[in-house]
Amino acid sequence: MKSMRYILPLLIFAALLALLLKGLDQDPKEVPSPLVGKPAPAFTAQQLHVPEKQFSAADMKGKAWILNVWASWCFSCRAEHELVTRMAREHGIIVVGLNYKDEPADAKAWLQQFGNPYVTSVMDQEGDIGIEYGVYGVPESFIIDKSGVIRRKVIGPINDSPDEKPQNSVDELLAFMSKLEAE
Amino acid sequence: MRKFAYQLPLTLLLIVLTVPLLAGIETYTFETPEQERIYKKLTEELRCLVCQNQNIAGSNAELAQDLRKKAYEQVKQGKSEDEVVNWMVDRYGDFVLYRPPVKATTLFLWTGPLIFLLIAFVVLWRIGRTRRKQTSEAQPVDEQSLEQARQMLENKES
Repeated sequence: MKSMRYILPLLIFAALLALLLKGLDQDPKEVPSPLVGKPAPAFTAQQLHVPEKQFSAADMKGKAWILNVWASWCFSCRAEHELVTRMAREHGIIVVGLNYKDEPADAKAWLQQFGNPYVTSVMDQEGDIGIEYGVYGVPESFIIDKSGVIRRKVIGPINDSPDEKPQNSVDELLAFMSKLEAE
Repeated sequence: MRKFAYQLPLTLLLIVLTVPLLAGIETYTFETPEQERIYKKLTEELRCLVCQNQNIAGSNAELAQDLRKKAYEQVKQGKSEDEVVNWMVDRYGDFVLYRPPVKATTLFLWTGPLIFLLIAFVVLWRIGRTRRKQTSEAQPVDEQSLEQARQMLENKES
């Protein structure tokens, strides 16, 4: 009983240390989305390259796809663009772009310059679709399964470096996509 | 009077110059004072997700402006405070609230301080108890040594 006097504070200290260390590991900027596990919000919007044609999220039923939120004014989008392109071109991943709060002319020029990996990009000039999806920064990506349910939200740029967020790693996302395609 | 003749045009000029500044301020008008009250309360209690330590009333981030607009539109449509809050939570999660709701995952957050306070009281009570025990166990001082001590004190004073 006497030894408890010394061990107890030590235990409390160890517990506190473990709690604080775990906190260091977490990114406070990453806000978990309540939409994961729920049907992707429906929307219909004009396509960037063919404004007279509408795209609707419902058109994608039966396919596993990624909704990638991007903008020409967004620097991190440029960083991940190469990886998005690789996913689309080399692995045949269906990526739809949500062109967030952008000028159509700027957006088209950006795609011309860096390449266009998107099946189509839809315009969200007012950011209304973004709000429906809980977008609070660009880039963000939503991984949607065949039944139209959001299975994952990728916050921030996709990466291919082991030093960066593992949940945003391109290999991890590719593995996840092939799992969804097999469902 | 003549001395001040230039003041009127100058004043007018200054007013005109400040007009672009006013244009930057959102002017939302409400039909009832109740709606205005709900709107104000909402913007004060909803968090801006870009600049996380500000509410959407105090933030000028674009997203905060958009969310203010959404809140305004809904209040104007006659939605209640809870309806707007739920609408926000559906999209951005509990994090959008400055006051997190009490539920399984936030239970420790809410009860934590109380638990720590309780622990502190228990520790305090136990320390008090040992002290009391020590004082009651103290040896009674005999009259002789008490007198000795008194004399020592008096000597020092003189």
